[in-house]
Amino acid sequence: MVAVPTSLRGVNYSVTVDVTLRAGIADPEGATIERALPALGFSGVSAVRAGKSFRMNVEADNEEAALAKATSLAQRLLSNPVMEDVVARITSEA
Amino acid sequence: MARIGVVVFPGSNCEYDAANAVSELGATPVFIWHSANDLGEVDGVILPGGFAHGDYLRPGALARFSPVMAAVQHFADNGGAVLGICNGFQVLTEAGLLPGALQKNRGLTFLCQPSTLVVASTRSVLTRNATVGQHLSVPINHFSGSYTCDDATYESLVANDQIVLRYLDNPNGSRDNIAGVSNEAGNVVGLMPHPERAMSTLLGSADGRVLLGGFVGLAATASL
Repeated sequence: MVAVPTSLRGVNYSVTVDVTLRAGIADPEGATIERALPALGFSGVSAVRAGKSFRMNVEADNEEAALAKATSLAQRLLSNPVMEDVVARITSEA
Repeated sequence: MARIGVVVFPGSNCEYDAANAVSELGATPVFIWHSANDLGEVDGVILPGGFAHGDYLRPGALARFSPVMAAVQHFADNGGAVLGICNGFQVLTEAGLLPGALQKNRGLTFLCQPSTLVVASTRSVLTRNATVGQHLSVPINHFSGSYTCDDATYESLVANDQIVLRYLDNPNGSRDNIAGVSNEAGNVVGLMPHPERAMSTLLGSADGRVLLGGFVGLAATASL
């Protein structure tokens, strides 16, 4: 196997993608969690929204390209655009 | 005799109920594995209930990328009769063949109970033999069955008569009590309740025959 020089490879970026319900879409999970909090002694917590978080390593030439790739795959597969929004962010260089 | 394809995904679990219903209504069911690239010679297609691909990510999210879905899309685009039941409905919305989406039930509980449906439109391949306002007893069995869509989509559903069935007592928080919708042409229909489990009064209800009888009958006409 011929090793590919490091200079020709993209860098692996650690990317976190958050998938959350769009504003205006009812969130029964978030509402249930919020209602449970006072019973546990946590007061003053509101607007709880439940969602999903995905972590992945993305090979790309730079951060922008890594984020673009992660956002694209998140919109295609990880989320349903009818009811969810996605936000991708760089967590660190993997 | 009409041939009705019943798509089987890994994790489908209502395919035999659907096939039995098709047989009882005088048509021939044909199982189609999800990796098939074409549907073969069929006059209609049913996407049955279950947990396709384990419902991982979201119900239907992975199933919509199964190879067979390109063939289902092609079949639907050419006017073929397509019916999604429960998980099949979720797959059709994820695939964009039907508008809107199904999210978790309002009460966050899995619902397995009889439901009373009210026929809202008879313009679809599923409700063509029913009458508007007719009540049908059909069971539901789902966790993510709360129909949701944005305002623009809802207005177009109403304007185009695409709301096919409503719940009498909204059990899951669906927008406007919606239990089933069709595409604009009416040849693609999805519903959360299970008409294939309402085929016999001995087992609770035979009202599913009104719905599936129309679907199978239309496919039979297409095969003439």
